[in-house]
Amino acid sequence: MQYEAVIGLEVHVQIRTESKIFARVRTGYGFEPNTLTDPVVLALPGVLPVMNKAALDAVIKAGLMLGCRIAPVCKWDRKNYFYPDSPKNYQISQYDQPICSGGSVEIELPGTARNLMGEHKRIPLTRIHLEEDVGKLNHAAGDSLIDFNRAGTPLMEIVSEPAMHTPDEAFAYLTALRTVMIYAGISDCDMEKGQLRCDANISIRPKGEQKLGTKVELKNLNSISFVRDGIGHEIKRQIALLSSGGKISQETRDYDGMTGTSQSLRSKEMAHDYRYFPDPDLMPVKVDDAWKDLLQAECPELPFEKQRRFFEQYRLPYTITSVLIPDRGLCDYFEKAVGHAGEGRAQPVGNWIVNDLLREMNVQKQSLAESRVRPEHIAELVKLIDEGTLLSNLAKDVFVEMAATGMRPAPIIDARGLKATTSVDELEQWCREAIQSNAKSLADFKAGKDSAINAFKGPVMKAAKGKANPKLVDETLRRLLAQI
Amino acid sequence: MTPPYYFGTIAALSEALSVGKVSSLQLMREVIARTREVEPRVGAFNSFDELDALAQASASDLRRTEGRTLGLLDGIPIGLKDVIAVEGQPLTASSRMLANFVSPYDATVTRKLKAAGAICWGRLNLDEFAMGSSTENSAFKPTRNPYNLECVPGGSSGGSAAALAAGCAIATLGSDTGGSIRQPASFCNVVGLKPTYGLVSRYGLVAYASSLDQIGPMTRTLEDAAIVLGVIAGHDRNDSTSYPAQIPDYRSAMTTVRGPWRIGIPKEYFGEGLDPEVESAVQAAIAHYRTLGCEIRTVSLPHTQYGIAAYYIIATAECSSNLARFDGVRYGHRSSEARDVNELYFKSRAEGFGQEVKRRIVLGTYVLSSGYYDAYYLRAQKVRALIRNDFLAAYRDVDAILTPVAPTPAFRHGAKKDPLELYLNDIYTIGVNLAGLPAVSIPCGFTRAGLPMGLQLIGQPFREAELLAIGRAYEREHPWAERHPSL
Repeated sequence: MQYEAVIGLEVHVQIRTESKIFARVRTGYGFEPNTLTDPVVLALPGVLPVMNKAALDAVIKAGLMLGCRIAPVCKWDRKNYFYPDSPKNYQISQYDQPICSGGSVEIELPGTARNLMGEHKRIPLTRIHLEEDVGKLNHAAGDSLIDFNRAGTPLMEIVSEPAMHTPDEAFAYLTALRTVMIYAGISDCDMEKGQLRCDANISIRPKGEQKLGTKVELKNLNSISFVRDGIGHEIKRQIALLSSGGKISQETRDYDGMTGTSQSLRSKEMAHDYRYFPDPDLMPVKVDDAWKDLLQAECPELPFEKQRRFFEQYRLPYTITSVLIPDRGLCDYFEKAVGHAGEGRAQPVGNWIVNDLLREMNVQKQSLAESRVRPEHIAELVKLIDEGTLLSNLAKDVFVEMAATGMRPAPIIDARGLKATTSVDELEQWCREAIQSNAKSLADFKAGKDSAINAFKGPVMKAAKGKANPKLVDETLRRLLAQI
Repeated sequence: MTPPYYFGTIAALSEALSVGKVSSLQLMREVIARTREVEPRVGAFNSFDELDALAQASASDLRRTEGRTLGLLDGIPIGLKDVIAVEGQPLTASSRMLANFVSPYDATVTRKLKAAGAICWGRLNLDEFAMGSSTENSAFKPTRNPYNLECVPGGSSGGSAAALAAGCAIATLGSDTGGSIRQPASFCNVVGLKPTYGLVSRYGLVAYASSLDQIGPMTRTLEDAAIVLGVIAGHDRNDSTSYPAQIPDYRSAMTTVRGPWRIGIPKEYFGEGLDPEVESAVQAAIAHYRTLGCEIRTVSLPHTQYGIAAYYIIATAECSSNLARFDGVRYGHRSSEARDVNELYFKSRAEGFGQEVKRRIVLGTYVLSSGYYDAYYLRAQKVRALIRNDFLAAYRDVDAILTPVAPTPAFRHGAKKDPLELYLNDIYTIGVNLAGLPAVSIPCGFTRAGLPMGLQLIGQPFREAELLAIGRAYEREHPWAERHPSL
């Protein structure tokens, strides 16, 4: 039998704010354990939470970018359960009135080849809500140690509809979601630091069937490729189980990305009763249109919208956009450079950025901000090539020096004497000599073999010590040949 | 004013301090001596720190000699219920769970009292985690009523009421979730004010039921209540439920607001179960207002009968969650018997909490459980809205509502064994918390057996000045609080 998988993802994204969501303590990763705490974070007797507006701003922004409905009121609920990483033994979260509902994430599936754009789809969202992160347990040699530094970091939970069917779709969804979050400055989404965490709900059903199968929740998918691998593994496990006459039981499984295996954590019968109720310590927060408008104005262009604009406005090929688009800073850099170079030169500008700039940054282990090459430098380089002042075969070397020194291209060209020859008389002389010394090619050309012209170019370039503009050489040769 | 100063009012003592008739150190020494003398019999304190109090008193005197006095409370010893955090002092909530807990921070009210120069004095006993009406539920010891040591002082702020009545503090702070300031005030012949919900910050108050808890002053006079309220009230950025209200000078406002007022008498509060002596004392107060030219109107609060049920659902639901943090993991009692984390929870909590606390946690956990939420918690919230609407409707016709505080005067220790019977003791005070209103308990006489009684005036939201003024019109001619216990 043919099976179809149905996948829904629950993604937790840590929001990058200065301070915690309900306490005046800074957030951070990699600090000495239990130093980012105060009486509120540690839930000492008598303390009260106070909401950090920046966290709510961020989740509303995320909702606006993903086309969600924004609730008119941000309401807080308590999710009650005992666990040592949760200082209050309840988590402040949102239950029946999430701040965002509906909306969707646009994804791009892998193309048939690397240089071809893949199919685009929209994965509908159920909801996004805001909550607080918990602390971290470290189990070492029979001891369990708790670090509350992470506790109270603002966290948004983004829940998709069960609308994906392949591990590739889940991978694309997570990639797209991550890019949107990074674009908006909501989170750095570094999975290694736990800034983005993903659980997957997976079920299978016979192809064509509408009814959903029994779902299994897969936890600990802590890298984007583990998400793809883990889901693939779980689909195979379920298909194998059903095919051999077994039954899927509703459970939560833990995926181990290193070994590529999963094991059951708990069954449905052991599910918690979280006893949600509205948090009496926090007043509901009204979200009016003026507030939303302000945040809307801060929302950046969405990645795929930018890509479509780059196709139209700059006529960029897919291959260049697919490198630029995931990095908003690189896109801005590109547009700055095009601003200096002129839109007609967008493609060479794009090429220099995605090939040479990124290569040099990679070699020198630099971020874009650290790179010494300015957008206007790239624009100038492209212009010099375009005008024939610099030959493209020499330009690579010039670029390497630009990257090393931070200098503009023109002074480098001058200093190294790389400026293309522009004396028409001299060029004509070299061309005449080249034609005269190669009678066979002359005859071939006259006989109609156009490519024979190339035989004259080598000697001309040689005479020019490589600094002749090839376009000009070609033109000059043709003019002279026509006269013979 | 004349000695003993420990029975003085804030108003009189601040005057005596300012003219140099007495020093804060002298006053504090007197209070300490009085406390040492009577505390073994009253049991109002969980602990007190004499050296710290004397140091605060000296600092106050120094400020005074340097002309840097901080206000009327400067140098006045104010006792704090042991659920209000004071940095460096124990914060036990009268529970084994927190028997060894020392607060590393000040509650907002503590910070404000200190900023006003008050001496934060003593940790006052209560029913464990403020759950109870008799202070018999303290894990450490019962507090006794200074007017009759065989009787309870009321609760849960029984220590705050008894310490004040016994002359062991000049004023105290209590907290009131269902009557926990007003009922012990009426049992101990002092004034107890529960402010409008949101007027006084709850930051640093060990939470029992967050949507009902309010800190308030317990004092010898309404004027003193006005002085203390003026210091502790006001918006606090550490408490999202605190209200950005303009804080008037309550003391001067209560003398400028004048009647006659329209006073409502809710018929539902004068029914079965009301002690005849209490009823006649309250009726006498009503008669007094009538002679002052006030219009006395019967009003109806038709949902009163559902108040206790709604209260015990909402309060226990919130407490089941609020008290979850006491788990033996980060602080507080930690069972030494536990072999894993679940045993650590079970045993630490089983050993750390008393019977009544456990009863309420279990009840609250039950009413929030999936499948029961709508039938209990949600319905209780609806009842709560109806009760609030009852009051607001009544306030279209009257300025304040006058009722008894408790159906009976102080009862004997151990007299109420059935928790339900004790819950019914809150019948006149609970509606005020559910509706978030301000209310004050004012001494209104003594029973033939010599036990104090109190009347309750319930005011309109954030109109404490008017409430105090109305109360003052009775208190001026009936200064019952001047009759001190013979200890």
